[in-house]
Amino acid sequence: MCGIVGLFAKTRSVEDSLGKLLSDMLVIMSDRGPDSAGVAVYKKSNGNKIKVTLQSEEPSADFPKLNSYLSKQKNLKTKLKINSTHAVLELSEKNSNLIINDLKKHFPKIRLMSTGSNIEIYKEVGAPESVVERFNVRKMRGSHGIGHTRMATESAVTTLGAHPFSTGKDQCLVHNGSLSNHNTLRRELQKKNISFETENDTEVAASYLTNKMSTGADLGQALELALKDLDGFYTFVVGTEKGFGVLRDPIACKPAVLAETDQYVAFGSEYRALASLPYIEKAKVWEPEPATVYFWEHNR
Amino acid sequence: MTILDLKSLSLRHVNSALQNASAETNWVLENPMGKHAVAAGLKESLKVDIKGSVGYYCGGMNKNADVVVHGSVGPGVAENMMSGSIYVKGNASQYAGASAHGGTLVVEGNSSSRCGISMKGIDIIVRGNVGHMSAFMAQAGNLVVCGNAGEALGDSIYEANIYILGEVKSLGADCIEKKMTEKHKKLLTKLLAIAKIKNLSSKDFRRYGSARSLYNFKVDNTY
Repeated sequence: MCGIVGLFAKTRSVEDSLGKLLSDMLVIMSDRGPDSAGVAVYKKSNGNKIKVTLQSEEPSADFPKLNSYLSKQKNLKTKLKINSTHAVLELSEKNSNLIINDLKKHFPKIRLMSTGSNIEIYKEVGAPESVVERFNVRKMRGSHGIGHTRMATESAVTTLGAHPFSTGKDQCLVHNGSLSNHNTLRRELQKKNISFETENDTEVAASYLTNKMSTGADLGQALELALKDLDGFYTFVVGTEKGFGVLRDPIACKPAVLAETDQYVAFGSEYRALASLPYIEKAKVWEPEPATVYFWEHNR
Repeated sequence: MTILDLKSLSLRHVNSALQNASAETNWVLENPMGKHAVAAGLKESLKVDIKGSVGYYCGGMNKNADVVVHGSVGPGVAENMMSGSIYVKGNASQYAGASAHGGTLVVEGNSSSRCGISMKGIDIIVRGNVGHMSAFMAQAGNLVVCGNAGEALGDSIYEANIYILGEVKSLGADCIEKKMTEKHKKLLTKLLAIAKIKNLSSKDFRRYGSARSLYNFKVDNTY
């Protein structure tokens, strides 16, 4: 069991309160996933800058070291925006690639959570409320966001095992369920020189979608292909720079509820997660069909 | 009439009050907020109005009580119901009426996958559509669908009657269309009346049930 929530803002007022609404939805899903939690928040982009979200087990030691390393790099002029165990760097695309390579070499203990023009991922082990508090998620603004509460079933309870998983720029995936052919798929992707951080099945699904999208498929097409290639139980919520998508496997054992109003589209593993949203009583509320791709994108 | 607010009272408090209530009393539950197991395990002939949408297992194991949900219900509404009725004004999620032995479940909207799974005597009337694998392993009772049915309707059905007005996407193993006799039309007319459906006629429905070919071991089915 796991809990998933998602919120896609259609208005400025929902964007302004996205962090608060998403946090409240997430905390209600605590009993579906009490061991770890995470959110991906799609914030306003800063021109052409790329946001690199990092995580460290020992932030008080690692982040100052990284800051002093950054200050010695010519023309970089950037500092970490530290948020508890996570930190965000804003860089040009070229510099972000350089720094990510440097990190692997000089700071192997610092982990890469996500990169992209909008996405920031915050995830940790612990009760969802403590994760939300730790990163002050309630104060965040954004165009859309995805959250996950984890009850681990097939890989360790660690920060990297928590969701969302991000394997491509501005992409992320959260998952409720378990895949049965992830080892085979992982080996196939490894042959294409794709590397993995964990033994987790969801990371394989995320990499699979990223791989399909990097070879020409749009998100809708990638999800259609996933229906054919992924075996097991899943309700997925996938985030991209522009919006989010929902997919359930053909058996559809894992629960899912969608709600839409003029102001937002919301996803919850259960209606409980949506019950406190504004004007929910006037929303169109429905259960997404099995093996059917749903997708919402911002056109602004 | 007693009003209980699930925003201020714990679920255990509310369910305990209902489970120990005297027969022929009326109850209103406010702010259910998608909570699980609301009005589960009722024993007496109560009238319970739930003002909003609920989560898993609403009205589970019900005996005698008449429950109306003024909203939608999560998975497993009326699971293991013995008697009484549950009337859902919105939609129902997965496995509505699972394993229920008796009573009546009415869903005004749609009911998703596995509606009536392993039903053992309940009457289920759905005004909208039902999802895939509905009446899976059904043993007794009636499933009436005024809309369409998804894939593998009545898969591995033992007994029970399925009445469908709309399209059936596909039939499951051992489920076949059967003749609609006068006896069946009469029964269906009664069920439609219970669900207060006046604009539909039993003669427009088709009936499905068990071919009974899985009852006995068949050597052809071995590998």
